[in-house]
Amino acid sequence: MPDIVVKTEDVVKEYRMGSNVLRALDGINIEIQRGEYISLMGPSGSGKSTLFNMIGALDRPTEGEVYIDGQNMSHLSQRQIAAFRCHRVGYIFQSYNLLNVRTAHGNVTLPMIFAGIPEKQRNEKAEKLLDKVGLGDRMYHLPDELSGGQRQRVAIARALANDPSIILADEPTANLDTITGREIIDLIKQLNTEQGVTVISATHDLKMLDVSDRIVDIRDGLVERIRNRDEIEIEVGEVGGHE
Amino acid sequence: MEQQRPIEEQIDLPFLESLRISFQSLKIRFGRSIITTAGITLGIAFLVSVWTNNEIEFALQESGRSSEITNIDEAAEQGISTKDIWLIIMSLIVCVVGIANSMLMAVTERFREIGTMKCLGALDGFVVRLFLLESGFQGFAGALIGALIGLLGAVILGLKNYGLDLFFYFPLLPARPENGPFQLGVLLLILFGCVLGMILAVIGSSFPAWRAAKLPPAEAMRTEV
Repeated sequence: MPDIVVKTEDVVKEYRMGSNVLRALDGINIEIQRGEYISLMGPSGSGKSTLFNMIGALDRPTEGEVYIDGQNMSHLSQRQIAAFRCHRVGYIFQSYNLLNVRTAHGNVTLPMIFAGIPEKQRNEKAEKLLDKVGLGDRMYHLPDELSGGQRQRVAIARALANDPSIILADEPTANLDTITGREIIDLIKQLNTEQGVTVISATHDLKMLDVSDRIVDIRDGLVERIRNRDEIEIEVGEVGGHE
Repeated sequence: MEQQRPIEEQIDLPFLESLRISFQSLKIRFGRSIITTAGITLGIAFLVSVWTNNEIEFALQESGRSSEITNIDEAAEQGISTKDIWLIIMSLIVCVVGIANSMLMAVTERFREIGTMKCLGALDGFVVRLFLLESGFQGFAGALIGALIGLLGAVILGLKNYGLDLFFYFPLLPARPENGPFQLGVLLLILFGCVLGMILAVIGSSFPAWRAAKLPPAEAMRTEV
């Protein structure tokens, strides 16, 4: 039996803007298995970031249910949701979302502070993680003193701080040049294969295609189709040909 | 097996850890903190200078040294004039609005930071506590400096009006309690200014911080200033 880590049931999200109601998600049903690398693809405004927020407990669905590790997220208390965000998920954002008042090291230790890990232990772990993402020599720099690629590496190290089972990445390469973007994708893929972390990434970066196990195409708030890796490889060849 | 593992409850952070994070934040954001604090300083300086000036005038009226007063008995009876009460109330309002505004701005521009902290596992209460500590410290420091500046201003004005006589009749302690709340004495007035500055700063920041902490992180991070 497959080990389902994320399941959504008829998830609907509506935003109210004055008298207008925008239906960003129109009944999404997906199942994601443990250890998978899933890309949520779709044009801007398709609802992929909204779905990302629902899966990561960053927003509440208007209707429908999200299950993570078999638990209905709408039944969790505030404290459980905070613990879920702290321990189970690592978030990576398009705009990095680092705290500008904390150094790279300070950013990586923050989730461990929230998890109650003793100071010595968290300092050591932050150093190890920053080393791993190739920032061993820039640990004590503030985010403003780092390049876009370096900031995203800090964000990845921070996402890994509490050994999450899921990495959620929202357009992680959108603000980066092609080469840096490729490096970031490789790094995330490496975590996926080496540590078995489930990666769920909202993206419209075609470079993400060939590392994904499955691609969920989202359009107008609905799942348009789900493609497997073997179908993807053919298409990547075609995409490459057009570039 | 990891599947079905129940989700635990998030722990509370020790107070010292919150204190450390809030001080670090103030230190690194020093330039911005100074501007916010200056808002508090100015408000309290204005209030304290108007009020102290008033107390000085009253003390000298009582001693019969005031140049402005002709009928000492009448002045002592009236205590504080309507014009002065109006001026003090106005300065209080300016102070409240100014501080609330600078704290509101300071918190609103940090909505994204609040959303990010919640993504990393911060509890709503922790976020609010952080802002409470930061603003309380800013409020107290700003108000103390403001009170001293206000006092200095009032003393300079007093010296100009009354010369050195001012120091003989300086209203350090409450003059006549029966004259109502406007005769605090300068020492109590400074203390009042500090407490007021701190309370206003805390109220001014905790409301928007609480509002931001209650928002789902995605919404807090979306907020543009």
